[in-house]
Formats: sequence, C-alpha cells, structure tokens
Amino acid sequence: MTTRAYVPRDASARSVGADDVAVRIAAEAHARGLDVTIVRNGSRGMIWLEPLVEVETIAGRVGFGHVAPEEIPALLDAGMLEGRGERRLGLVENIPYFAKQQRLTFARCGVIDPLSLDDYLAHGGYAGLTRALGMTGDEIVTEVTESGLRGRGGAGFPTGIKWRTVLGAPTAQMEAGQKYIVCNADEGDSGTFADRMLIEGDPFTLIEGMTIAGIAVGATQGYVYLRSEYPDAFRTLTEAVAIARERGYLGTSVAGSAHTFDLAVRLGAGAYICGEETALLESLEGKKGVIRPRPPLPAISGLFGKPTVVNNVLSLATVPVILERGAAHYQSFGMGRSRGTQPVQLAGNVKRGGLIELAFGVTLREVVEGFGGGTATGRPMRAVQVGGPLGAYFPTSMLDTPLDYEAMAAASGLLGHGGMVVFDDTVDLARQARFAMAFCAVESCGKCTPCRIGSTRGVEVIDRIIAGENRTANLELLDDLTTLMTGASLCALGGLTPIPVRSALQHFPEDFSRTIVPTVTA
Amino acid sequence: MTDTQASGWDVERARLTVDALARLPGALLPILHALQDEFGYVDDAAIPLITDALNLSRAEVIGVLHFYHDFRTTPSGRHTLQLCRAEACQSMGADALVQHVEERLGVAMGETTEDGAVTLRDVYCLGNCALSPAVMLDGRLHGRVTSERIDAILAAAVETTVEAPAGSPR
Repeated sequence: MTTRAYVPRDASARSVGADDVAVRIAAEAHARGLDVTIVRNGSRGMIWLEPLVEVETIAGRVGFGHVAPEEIPALLDAGMLEGRGERRLGLVENIPYFAKQQRLTFARCGVIDPLSLDDYLAHGGYAGLTRALGMTGDEIVTEVTESGLRGRGGAGFPTGIKWRTVLGAPTAQMEAGQKYIVCNADEGDSGTFADRMLIEGDPFTLIEGMTIAGIAVGATQGYVYLRSEYPDAFRTLTEAVAIARERGYLGTSVAGSAHTFDLAVRLGAGAYICGEETALLESLEGKKGVIRPRPPLPAISGLFGKPTVVNNVLSLATVPVILERGAAHYQSFGMGRSRGTQPVQLAGNVKRGGLIELAFGVTLREVVEGFGGGTATGRPMRAVQVGGPLGAYFPTSMLDTPLDYEAMAAASGLLGHGGMVVFDDTVDLARQARFAMAFCAVESCGKCTPCRIGSTRGVEVIDRIIAGENRTANLELLDDLTTLMTGASLCALGGLTPIPVRSALQHFPEDFSRTIVPTVTA
Repeated sequence: MTDTQASGWDVERARLTVDALARLPGALLPILHALQDEFGYVDDAAIPLITDALNLSRAEVIGVLHFYHDFRTTPSGRHTLQLCRAEACQSMGADALVQHVEERLGVAMGETTEDGAVTLRDVYCLGNCALSPAVMLDGRLHGRVTSERIDAILAAAVETTVEAPAGSPR
C-alpha cells in the first residue's frame, strides 16, 4: 500500500526549501524500496512551520514541522512515514493554531492537491456552482447579498449590492451586451499573502467563484489581474484554468449548462496603484495605471466601458461556500455588520506568522499574542500595523480592538485586506510615518495633486520634524497636509496614506522628538 | 514576469512576439511582458513594431513602458536579485540586509555589478511576509533570509550561471 506524504508547493514553503524536501523524501523512499506518493499540496497557513510535511495515517494526517532535507534519512529511520518520531506534531488539524480557526474560504487550502480537479470535486468543489445553475441570476445575487459578504480587498463594500448593479446595468445598446467579471489579485499590501496562498493552494475555488459571478450577472468573460511578483501563483492559476476548460467547467456550456463563461489571467507590472480598481481596469486595457474619477462606477462603465464586477480574490473565492451552504450559514459567523470570516495574515516580527481565518469579532490581541506568540526577536512588542501600508500603527494598549470593519474605523484605522505586521521595540515610528509618505510618492499615479505633491511635501515636513526644525509649526503643517490629502485625494492611496502617519503621531509622539533641539544661548 | 537573461535583440523574433499577442484585448502589457521575457528588456527598436500592431502612438507606448516598475529599457545583469523593502520585511531587518548586499556586491540598489552578473532591485512585497525578510532571485522566492543565507544564495547562482535558465525555478 502506498503512503501519501504531503509537501506544500506554496511559494512560502518553497522559499524555505520545500522542493528539496520533496525530492529528498522521494529519493530516500526509493532507495529503501518504500512506496510513497508525494502530493504537493497548498499551505495550511501555519507558515512558521514550513516546510510542514504531512503523512497520511489511519488516524489522520500527521505533521512534521521545519523539515530540512538533510534530516530526511533520520526522520525516516524514526518512522516518519508511519507518523512516528520525536518530531511529530500530532494530527495537523489538532494543532491549536489550526483547530481554533473557522475555515470557510480556506477550507480546502492545504488539504487537497491544488491542481487535481478530482480532489477538488471530492472535497465539495463545484457544489456551489451546481446549486447556482438551478437558480436565476437574481436569486444568486440575493443569496450573496443575504450572506453579508463585504469586499475583502479592503473597502468592505457589500458584494451583493455591487453585483446587483451589474445585473441591472442596461446592456441593450451595447455590443453583444458584454459584461465582465474582474478579479483583483494585485495583492500589493505588505503583510498580506492570502490571495497568493488561496490561488496556489485552491485555485479552482477562485475559478468557481468567478464562474458563479458571471452566471449571476450575465457576464461571459472574466479576467484575473495578478501581480507579477507572484510567479508561482501565475503558473498554478494558468494551469488550473486550462484544466477547468478541458473538463468543461469553463468555456461554452459551463458544466453542461447553457451558460458561457471563460477567463484569462493577466499579469500586472509592479505598480501598487493597480490594486485600486479603476487603475486596474486601465491597466487591463493596456494603459498606464492611472485612476479614473468616479462616477461612473465600474459596475456601470468598467472594463472597455462595459458593466464590470471588480472583486478581490477572497470575496470571489468565498462565493462557492456561500452558495454551497447557504447565506444563513455564512451569515451566522461574525459580529455586527461584519459577517462571516476574515482571513487574517499575521506577519513581520512575529513568532508564529501565518494565515488565520476567523469569524469577525476576535480581538487583535487574540491574534498577535494568542496565535502569534509574541515577537520573533523575543523583544517586547511595540506596534502592530493593521491593514497594509495604508493602515494604522496600533500601540499594544489598543490590542483589545475587535476585528470588525466598524470597530477598526472607530479606532481611526482600517481592516484593509486583513494583514497585521508586528514590530518590536526597536521600531522608530517617525521613520515608519516617513516611509508611508515616501511610498505614496513613489506609487502615486499622478492624477491628483493632493497625492502626487502632498506625499512628497509630507516626506519633507516629516524630515524637518525629525530634525527638530520648527517642530510645532511643522507638526501643524503636517496636520493640515494630512487633512487635505484625506479629503481631496481621488482614491484610497492619497486618501489613506495619512492614516499610518497620523496613527504614528498620535500613539508614538515620542518618536518624533528624539532629536534634541539646541537651545540658543546668548 | 520573471527576470530572464538578455539573449540578444532580434527584430524578427520581436515581430513574431508582438504579432502573436496583438489581437488580445488590452494587448500592450502582455506584449511588453513577452518582449521582456524574451530579451530581458524592451528594446527601443520594438516600439515601432508595437505602435504599428496596436495602432497606438509612440508616446502612448513609451508612457506605459515607463509607468510600470517592472519594465526595463536596457539589459539587466545575468541575475536579478529583488530585495523586499516593505513594512513586514522592515520589521525583520530588511534595511540591514540591503546594506549588507550593497556592500558585498559594491553596487547600490537599482545598479548592476561591473561584471554584469547581478542587478539589484527594490521590490515592495513578495507576499512572503510571515517569513520575512524575503528576496527573489531570478523569479525564485527565498524567506527568512539572513546575511549568511543571501551570500550562499548569490554564490550558488553566480556559479551555476551557465546551466541556470533564469526565471524557471522548477
């Protein structure tokens, strides 16, 4: 009987040697005459344990963390392939970090072979589409609306309402009534990797979600706009699309129905602004990633001027489970107006970083301390940036804030795409504030003045504050500038860059006054 | 997408590349990517091929070419090392790592070593934030990178230049 060993193909796992581990297990097993099948699964999200090897036993899948290729012979001697040995972590699904999560969007990620459609089908894949095929577009949109799903890219706009607009968009006068589904996979926020992990670990879920969206609103063509920094995700998704097409899940007559839906994967080219939906559409059209003023909304006039649904990877990848288990099931998770689950990405200077999918309502402390276990360096934690480069820096005293769109906004922060970056006490928040402005200056598309000029002036003002030059006057100027950028920028880049700057100033003012200003003596 | 070695500009191969993609909706980015994958950069001589195929002005094509950080108009080194400079990697000492690499290779970020072996580039997030600091060498991601590991990674790459088809890590 063959033994199945799982070694992730996820880019993070590969970045710390998973390929070598897989090769070595195969070679050692062969040399010992053992029958081993190696499955290259996605990551379970316990990224601090990578490469995390799992071995299938009668009791379930047993894990071995931090496996290095040179250890394989000794691990095999100790009975790794039977799930034994000192290094065993027990059943992977019983590891508290994993067991405490509520996996809905990521239910299959790390479990299945991402490029086996049969594996996908055996684990509930395409059950959502099957149900959707028996519904009208209006019914599907209602189901998504009732689930309470909000845009996971960061804006938190109700997905169902966006779909409703596209469903109702007049198309009669437009050529062939074309509408589009565009997936925003330009995951540019530092500290986030959920889109990448999902695409590399369970790509058919995204394909299924986009297909359901297409059928719901009457779109026959989809595009995934994937950032070029993710070559592994590009390969996996391209291959998955080809498999889905070959097996009749994409193309004309989707899954034997009368519906047509196909999709193409397009690469970005290293511009952060293309994560903004209108800049993304411009880029897909082959232009500079310069944002478009709204209105018109992309739902009315989007890609090539046609009604377009633009959703993040996680929003679309959550649609299959909503259709499969019903809106009420998804809606039963969460708090307040934040329903369902949020895949949190815990990153930076943290002992146990990874992907943690949790119902909304959990506190930041439960994530960074409970799951994360403190800093990687062992030094005291000082700040946590939540929501990417445009998110607030929270001091440890604010860690009891719950994970919820409204609660984060009330704390002058944002949830964004769910990234949390931990910093220890060596961090200088004045430098981080300066970086926020400098990053905005480099990545600004240049369309509006508050962002294009404001960010450069912001760097200069912060430099003067750090240097102790007219500190009071310059702090006032910075306040003025950030107020202007917040209110007058055309999109979230210029509009939200003040958030990290202001949070640093508010919670860590001491970092801005380290330079002793010499007093003038007569 | 990934960084390939420049394999010599050839107008006929470029024309084939452009023509093969010209009918895609929004073809400009796919064409620029394909040219860069093939030649390592986008040669100025490719611009008229693109303007002809897509019916665009020279200014439009050059505008797009220069807007995106990925596209290069001159050949890069045989290897491209991207070091992540974003927040998660900053929290784990990315700045010190950058300084180490710059001193080690004797060039600054954005530059190419004199022997043409390595080009250093900034990148803002490689999506490996739970294993910071992260770098990418010729499209291959590395995590939890220390100064010792980066030295070893670079040494191995420079040694195997001949057989390493850059950008195809499998």
